Amino acid sequence: MTDTTKAPIRLSMSVIGPVLGLLALIVAGALLNPNFLGWDNIVNVLARSAFIGIIAVGMTFVITAGGLDLSVGSMAAFIAGLMILVMNSALPALGVGIPVVLLGMAVALAGGLLAGLLNGLIITRLGIEAFIVTLGSMGIYRSLVTWLADGGTLSLDFSLRSFYQPVYYSGILGISWPILVFALVVVLGEIVMRATAFGRHCAAIGSNDQVAKYSSVRVARVRLMTYAGLGLLVGVATIMYVPRLGSASAATGVLWELEAIAAVIIGGTVLKGGFGRVWGTVIGVLILSLISNILNLTDFVSPYLNGAIQGAIIILAVVLQRESKAGT
Amino acid sequence: MKHLASGLALAIALSTPALAQEAETRVIGVSIPAATHGWAGGMNYFAQTAVERLEATYPQLDFVLATASDPAKQVNDIEDMVATRKIDALVVLPFESEPLTGPVQNVKASGAWVTVVDRGLAVEGIEDLYVAGDNPGFGRVAGEYFAKALPEGGKIVVLRGIPTTIDNERVEGFQKALEGTNVEILGMEHGNWNRDDSFTVMQDFLSKYPQIDAVWASDDDMAVGVLGAIEAAGREDVKFVLGGAGMKEMVKRVMDGDAMIPADVTYPPAMIATAIEVTAAGLVSGAPVSGQFIIGSVLITPENAANFHYPDSPF
Repeated sequence: MTDTTKAPIRLSMSVIGPVLGLLALIVAGALLNPNFLGWDNIVNVLARSAFIGIIAVGMTFVITAGGLDLSVGSMAAFIAGLMILVMNSALPALGVGIPVVLLGMAVALAGGLLAGLLNGLIITRLGIEAFIVTLGSMGIYRSLVTWLADGGTLSLDFSLRSFYQPVYYSGILGISWPILVFALVVVLGEIVMRATAFGRHCAAIGSNDQVAKYSSVRVARVRLMTYAGLGLLVGVATIMYVPRLGSASAATGVLWELEAIAAVIIGGTVLKGGFGRVWGTVIGVLILSLISNILNLTDFVSPYLNGAIQGAIIILAVVLQRESKAGT
Repeated sequence: MKHLASGLALAIALSTPALAQEAETRVIGVSIPAATHGWAGGMNYFAQTAVERLEATYPQLDFVLATASDPAKQVNDIEDMVATRKIDALVVLPFESEPLTGPVQNVKASGAWVTVVDRGLAVEGIEDLYVAGDNPGFGRVAGEYFAKALPEGGKIVVLRGIPTTIDNERVEGFQKALEGTNVEILGMEHGNWNRDDSFTVMQDFLSKYPQIDAVWASDDDMAVGVLGAIEAAGREDVKFVLGGAGMKEMVKRVMDGDAMIPADVTYPPAMIATAIEVTAAGLVSGAPVSGQFIIGSVLITPENAANFHYPDSPF
């Protein structure tokens, strides 16, 4: 009897934990600076969250299935570099226009998919720890982009950049494309996670891959698909990233992997796998970008302490939702 | 007799150059941080070209060039250079002052010449030669430019680099140069010498302050991010952005008379080439080169920009 009364409360606490955190941040931001809730600021924050957000949705599936991918930040930098090189070299033949942009997008998607498949194949076919495989590919992609850029910065041709720029800056009804794409990815991710066999299989594998195997789930294939999907989403994020500043260098995408993982965990997905929540990941991403936005908008603390504040809020957000489970 | 004499002469003729060469082959080790950002990329480029040039010019000099991605790797590099290559001189741009001080001290104790570039060591008096840019001067030149460009005063925002002594010295120099003027610094935030970070910081500055007259981006990479944010916001109030370091794209814009980038302040990555050249000159010629070589920060304007434009460098 006590169990049945406790269960709904427990569930709601773990669900509203991150939401409460987000609301608290929004209230704090609005009190500290009147421009915080201005349309421009909201669009800025959402658009800049889109890169990490799109990647974090893919990461939610990987982590739910008991995996991990540390290579996404370097992968994004490498794909951005590759995309810029291909578009620049195709420019004389194709001219400034939609074909060259489509070519760049195709390169990004194909590159992301291939990179994700490569990670997934090594992890599933060779049976090596995801942590080690993706730690390795993280170093490889980071070095490759430095090498492609000759230690400097790869820049998109100026006329092409002006043509491609609207993909980041403009959109429909004042909502820019990165936000729309992010929203679309989230909706699709939520449906796949909740309403498809694939989503269920991810959670089953993350809980116990042996049981999943005996329940005739094709464990290796599902795992491979989570990495391939994540790679593809890294490609999508890169398509949105390149038009922003039109450049890629060794400093691109540094620590994106940790931000994405942090967002996933803040959102309530279990790091060991077995349970994932796509909409929670969105809240996690928003919490992370709001913290730095608020710190920039106020002179509340020394900028030297920005990292400490972020770290404290990340831990607090996770404690908030774990507390409810401590009672079990 | 005759044969013996000519044979002897031949032997001497053959052996002398070989002997002389063996005695004079000197090894110079160059240890620098890897190309992890634009400025370091330029520095790597200038180090490589200096080494190539000197190897061609002086056959009696050998170079070992190592790039390190973190301080621990750099310590290993330097220890390897001493152990396996027996270097006669070390040119080092320390990743961080503290962890590199001990290892460089050991190199000095082994009798080698030590040239330290850009970042000083934690203990004074180890290096024979110190080559560096002028960080307080970098800030001062920038500050003086703002004072001159905004004679009526104005509101500006400042983007700072990664929190380091270098950054602190620059900002102090900048603030000192603005003392007594009507230029008001609205806010300062760390853009970490990174394009993406400075883009978001500038977006937030633009949301926070309705009127910004100019921006001290303090670095050309950060200036790229700042310009992107201003352009996206469509703000007309920002009159100009002053970067720093001398990235070729920015120098080009100064050269072309771009109103948003009217000037730049040098902090040349080529200073590593200065250090290698002077060290080599000291080893080869015996001319005295110990002491300090401070490379001043210069204001790049449309008039002199051509002198600072290196189209072949990656930076």
